[in-house]
Amino acid sequence: MSSVAPPAPAGPVVRKKKPSGTLYRGREGMWSWVAHRITGMLTFFFLFAHVLDTALVRVSPDSYDRIIETYKNPIVNLMEIGLVGAVLYHALNGIRIMTIDFWFKGPNYQRQMLWAIVGIWLVVMIPGSYFMIIHTVENLFGSK
Amino acid sequence: MSVEFDEAHPPMIEVPRSMPPRRVPRTSRGNFELYAWLFMRVSGMLLVVLVLGHLFIMNILDGGVQRINFAFVAGRWSSPFWQTWDLLMLWLAQLHGANGMRTIINDYTRRDTTRFWLKMLLYAASGLVLFLGTLVIFTFDPTI
Repeated sequence: MSSVAPPAPAGPVVRKKKPSGTLYRGREGMWSWVAHRITGMLTFFFLFAHVLDTALVRVSPDSYDRIIETYKNPIVNLMEIGLVGAVLYHALNGIRIMTIDFWFKGPNYQRQMLWAIVGIWLVVMIPGSYFMIIHTVENLFGSK
Repeated sequence: MSVEFDEAHPPMIEVPRSMPPRRVPRTSRGNFELYAWLFMRVSGMLLVVLVLGHLFIMNILDGGVQRINFAFVAGRWSSPFWQTWDLLMLWLAQLHGANGMRTIINDYTRRDTTRFWLKMLLYAASGLVLFLGTLVIFTFDPTI
């Protein structure tokens, strides 16, 4: 256990100023980890439902088409955008975690890397959401 | 703002605040946790390509989700390339997700029986998804 903090010295304590924010307590390091867990769990539960709905192709074309109609509902389409956002965050933060684990300077740049992936997330999600909803909107208002 | 990490204050991992286990297991689990850790990184890297590609094709390309129906699935699974893609994605995602959920269950359950049964439920659900998903990909019949 070489990575643990040394015990505080006995006697009159000179309070040493700690570097603010370790990797796993508070601040960006912890919150990115919390978000990673939540997005991972959401994706896991969706995967369960998604394999079951796709399995209906073995039942009949009609039953599959009926369940897929659910996905074409505008409200569900919005939830799909949420799912894509969750998966994209999980993927980008996963790359950040691997960079922290395997690149020797990774831990020093973990905070900057978080803001970098937040930036990439926004750059992908803003046009991505538009293209995900546009066909549904066109169908809804009969322009297609 | 925070102080940048430097030579004098390298990023550190603090002592866990949670209580140590009451009893140390007599038998070691070998290197299982190491391989599980490594699997998360390797599968994660592959899933970035497989899942983000899948989401882009299904939700954005051409007509997005509005064009998906039984005929669309039949067209895709007539190609061994997409069959392999989907099979690989199914196994990697389900095992990656199951291991993530196993970690979460281990972290938050307090009673041994709760932990045991939650994990049994997880393994049963994962087995069902893997079996059903694999069966559907291999036995899909477009003329049904």
